[in-house]
Amino acid sequence: MSLVEALTTHLDVPDVHEIDVYERLGGYRAARKALLEMTPEQVLGELEASGLRGRGGAGFSMGKKASFIPKGTMDKYLCCNADESEPGTFKDRLILQRKPHLLIEGCIIASIAAGANKGFIYMRGEYELQARIVERAIAQAYERGYLGRNILGSGHDFDLVLHRGQGAYICGEETALLDSLEGKRGNPRLKPPFPANQGLYRGPTLINNVETLSCTPLIIDRGADWFRSLGSEQSTGPKLVSVSGNVRRPGNYEIELGTPVREIIYDIAGGPWPGSEVKCFFPGGSSAAVLGPEHLDLPYTFEAMQQAGSMLGSGAIIVVDDTQPIVPLALRLAEFYRHESCGKCVPCREGTSWTVKLLARIERGEATPMDLDLLASIQENIIGNCLCVLGDSMAVPVSSLLRRFRAEFEEHIERARAQRERELAAAAERETGLAVLAAGSASVAGAGGD
Amino acid sequence: MTFLAGPEREPRIGSAALPPGWAAATADRDPHVVPDPAEVAVPEDLRAEVEEIIARYPDRHSAALPALGAAQRRYGWCSPQALVEVACVMQVTPAYLAAVATFYDMLRTQPSGRRYVYVCTSVSCHLRNARAVYEALVEAAREQGLEDCEIREFECLGACDMAPMASIDGRYVGPLSTSDAAAIVAALRNGETPLPGRALGDSDYQLPWQRGEEHPLPAERVRPHVHPAGGVAGEVPE
Repeated sequence: MSLVEALTTHLDVPDVHEIDVYERLGGYRAARKALLEMTPEQVLGELEASGLRGRGGAGFSMGKKASFIPKGTMDKYLCCNADESEPGTFKDRLILQRKPHLLIEGCIIASIAAGANKGFIYMRGEYELQARIVERAIAQAYERGYLGRNILGSGHDFDLVLHRGQGAYICGEETALLDSLEGKRGNPRLKPPFPANQGLYRGPTLINNVETLSCTPLIIDRGADWFRSLGSEQSTGPKLVSVSGNVRRPGNYEIELGTPVREIIYDIAGGPWPGSEVKCFFPGGSSAAVLGPEHLDLPYTFEAMQQAGSMLGSGAIIVVDDTQPIVPLALRLAEFYRHESCGKCVPCREGTSWTVKLLARIERGEATPMDLDLLASIQENIIGNCLCVLGDSMAVPVSSLLRRFRAEFEEHIERARAQRERELAAAAERETGLAVLAAGSASVAGAGGD
Repeated sequence: MTFLAGPEREPRIGSAALPPGWAAATADRDPHVVPDPAEVAVPEDLRAEVEEIIARYPDRHSAALPALGAAQRRYGWCSPQALVEVACVMQVTPAYLAAVATFYDMLRTQPSGRRYVYVCTSVSCHLRNARAVYEALVEAAREQGLEDCEIREFECLGACDMAPMASIDGRYVGPLSTSDAAAIVAALRNGETPLPGRALGDSDYQLPWQRGEEHPLPAERVRPHVHPAGGVAGEVPE
């Protein structure tokens, strides 16, 4: 178990993002097969049999999600979530930039399974280069007849539109994405109704991550059994992991699910710089609870990460080495969620804000150890109390940092407070000294001292 | 944000205050009224672009984000005039568009320069001391008198392999160190492409370790910070 090439085949071929090159390498074979040789039920069945789980964060079975889409003649939609904004995650960027046709092919296959005739790729606005590439790829796919009316004479219609966001992390949440796509502020919706029943423009909608959709051509082409042969029982297939932070070879790596975390961090990504060790790591983006060195030998699967009290999430491993102080890290983390909270639910809006205030107070040396209990209680009051999981995404890692490094927090409070006291005393001394000089009184000058 | 009332703004209709330019742009109409196409002169190319965007969607409201983006490219920001024009083509109220524009980070509701430098200081970049890069850029911009450019800290840009990095007008450059700041600002001032060859998508772009080099540690990483376990940490080998 280690590096594999499935999504990442032919990455070294120049211009693999062009349709000519992609087709020459066997591209669109799976879409052809799904359109011309298989029924929608067979496509869906193959996806379900593969055990493919969502690669965007929640890890829900892709086939099952597609099967929730009701049958019928109403307008149904497919949304590709390319709003990749989870700190530490940059795997979708690779697919969008280098293999846009793999994604388009995946969208076609998913549209067959869901019976959708209109699809949108919601891409984050910051991806300028990738937007140009995907835009061009969509135009090429229309030219070759892979998109549009009656694709390849199969009778299936499917239109695909690239929709660009304008910078909001919350729009990666599926219902906020729908609101944003409808031209509104990106506020999450109350569920149920789930998007499968009532999503975009109130029609049944299938929403999947870029990597999830990009897996579907591989499944149709090579079969569900091949897909299941990779990974573990509950975590099948290959996975793109984004390794970043304090490692020597940060980057995207495609691994077989179940590869030990130690192998990913040390052998593949080079580990921390010599002399440093892993202090902790986020196994699935910054929203995952941190794990420590004792978890390095776990297999990297959905179930193992969950048992360890964290999650595989989007597959972004952020490594923190032992030179990093935890308090500024926790503060920076919380600031992200405060900035990105949409403000709709009070526990999240206020909770993220208060967490930042408390952490800033701790960092400045104005806190007492009691503030740590307050901090922990704020997190408890966010988790599970909002429409979406943005607030939880801050509360979970912050409380895990607090649990794991409580002694370090306490030490920081003590040391920073002592330092602040010294600074304040010095400042007071300077101030009274100056005041005395201005007053010119000999007796007070003596009291001021120097 | 700035479409809300603020004490420094000039009052209108007795109560609400408005951002600069709004009073002139909407002197004879209210933001909650759909602009009448007969009254608003929309530049032809902008109208064509917005109409083309609207045609992509089953519902015209979906065009809000891309249409505001188009207006921003033209005017440099989502000015009140831009909102009225887009609202006129989309046949929605300017107030609706203002509500949308204030939500999204990339839509500017105040004039802040046509060019932008977003410095990522989120978790992965934080671990490589991106804050120092940001501060160096701000300092260099001040020293060299850079104008018409917005430099700001930004949340994760999805390029943590390039950390610390920045998006300069959508071009991802990295890994950066504080010593790059002066060159970036100088290139921006002269209208050149900053750091050629060091952006994602440049033909010969590779991460340092892919070229067989160590990932450069920004010099600041060895800046001593107080280590939690006492003593001074940050003495990183190499």
